[in-house]
Amino acid sequence: MPTKIEKDAVSGRDTTGHEWDGIKELNTPLPKWWLYVFYATIAFAAVWVVLYPALPIRGATGLTGWTARGAIQQEMAERAQQQAPVLARLREATPQQIVADPEMRAYALAGGRVAFANNCAGCHGAGGQGAPGGFPTLADDDWIWGGKLDDIKTTILHGIRNTEDDAARSSIMPRFLADGLLKSAQVNDVAEHVLSLSGRAKDAAAAQRGAALFAENCVACHGETGRGNREMGAPNLADQVWLYGGDKASIVHSISYARAGVMPAWGARLDPAVVNMLTVYVHALGGGEAE
Amino acid sequence: MFRRFSHALIEKNLILMGVLSLITVSIGGLVQIVPLFAVETTIERVEGIRPYTPLEQMGRNIYIREGCYTCHSQMVRPFRDELERYGHYSLAAESMYDHPFQWGSKRTGPDLARVGGRYSDDWHAAHLRSPRAVVPESVMPPYAFLDRPLDYRDVEYHLRGLRSVGVPYTDEMIANAKADLEAQARPEMDGTAFARRYARARQGVFDGDAREITEMDALVSYLQMLGTLVKFSDVTPERVRQQ
Repeated sequence: MPTKIEKDAVSGRDTTGHEWDGIKELNTPLPKWWLYVFYATIAFAAVWVVLYPALPIRGATGLTGWTARGAIQQEMAERAQQQAPVLARLREATPQQIVADPEMRAYALAGGRVAFANNCAGCHGAGGQGAPGGFPTLADDDWIWGGKLDDIKTTILHGIRNTEDDAARSSIMPRFLADGLLKSAQVNDVAEHVLSLSGRAKDAAAAQRGAALFAENCVACHGETGRGNREMGAPNLADQVWLYGGDKASIVHSISYARAGVMPAWGARLDPAVVNMLTVYVHALGGGEAE
Repeated sequence: MFRRFSHALIEKNLILMGVLSLITVSIGGLVQIVPLFAVETTIERVEGIRPYTPLEQMGRNIYIREGCYTCHSQMVRPFRDELERYGHYSLAAESMYDHPFQWGSKRTGPDLARVGGRYSDDWHAAHLRSPRAVVPESVMPPYAFLDRPLDYRDVEYHLRGLRSVGVPYTDEMIANAKADLEAQARPEMDGTAFARRYARARQGVFDGDAREITEMDALVSYLQMLGTLVKFSDVTPERVRQQ
């Protein structure tokens, strides 16, 4: 194949010298600016590969020693240092002291709102409204384990009936039907009596029979008038607030098979300052009780 | 100099063309393959990582079957916002027994790499049955049908298959796969042998119904162990640095 570079008459450009069956190929070079940018990127990559983690030498760290883990560690440390003065105060203060100090309270409410959205809202709802089926409302004044600052803090730190924290709040309601403590008809009577505590009984005779059974089996935890006992986490049965439903079928189920809600312990997961912020935030959701 | 070079030489010589092509392709191949020979030194060893229990593994199979990875990632990236929200960034070692891994790349829902222990078992069961019953703003579809019996007749073959790709299940673990699965889902059963084989595994009635072992039990047991094996209070960044 003869290679003869010649000038093309129409375009005024050189040909490459290739020719197939009389067809000649034009040589149109890449624009200069494009070519030099391309060379520059190659040179940049060569430098980059040596400076940053790529080559499997020196633990693949590159000459700068930069690592993603080192970078995030440094960023977190810087952030922690910025927040340190406030967080140290929030960590060392009691929730009562935080509430009493308007500046710290403002910090706690703002930080608590974020921590609540991240950690608590799944079960307790974005605004602490709870969800039916055992996820208590935190925005009302009906508390199972207590609504004072210290009570709330203990619940957050250790959780309820979990297996990870030995200090978790814990109480076990017997499964009255499942464990053969009561017969089906008796459960029905007790449920009728429980309904009567909030003035909703439909069958007075059954409620009457249930009263005796209630006195025998339930008062130890729920109290004679069914107002509950926060030491044992026994809910108030005489109000209109129900964690697992207040209709008769739900109450019968609760007596028959018991309920045992679980809350994780957050003491090992969250910074003590965050626990304090959450305590103050939950207390301020609407139902916090005075000391 | 370039003008003098004529590729006609290469184009006309089949053997020379073949050899040069081979060299060119080999460079690309070697760049990808050679680092794999050093992979043993790039995966850090971390205390606490163990193979999945039989129940967790069956739950993991359901997780894969239902395509949870299309909406949930399992990878906390080393960014501050992710660390603040999810906890410690994911370590390579945490998914060393994942076949296939479930890192995902799409977060319609939150990352699940550290979801274990964050919610109660009851919450998971209620949420899977009807996500909007507990999280009104959720767009997750309901998975109430998981309340059906778990088919675990072939569980030991799952473990055997995983062992063939490098998961260190022992003969004892495989022989007791069925017993361990049942022991984990039935807390009233003696779990000492099970606990000896699988550290930090929790027995429980994961779906709130002790009568039978369901797919819900398996999936919740898997979700509840995600990201819980490494105790980051003991593991500092220095100690997990790649060798």
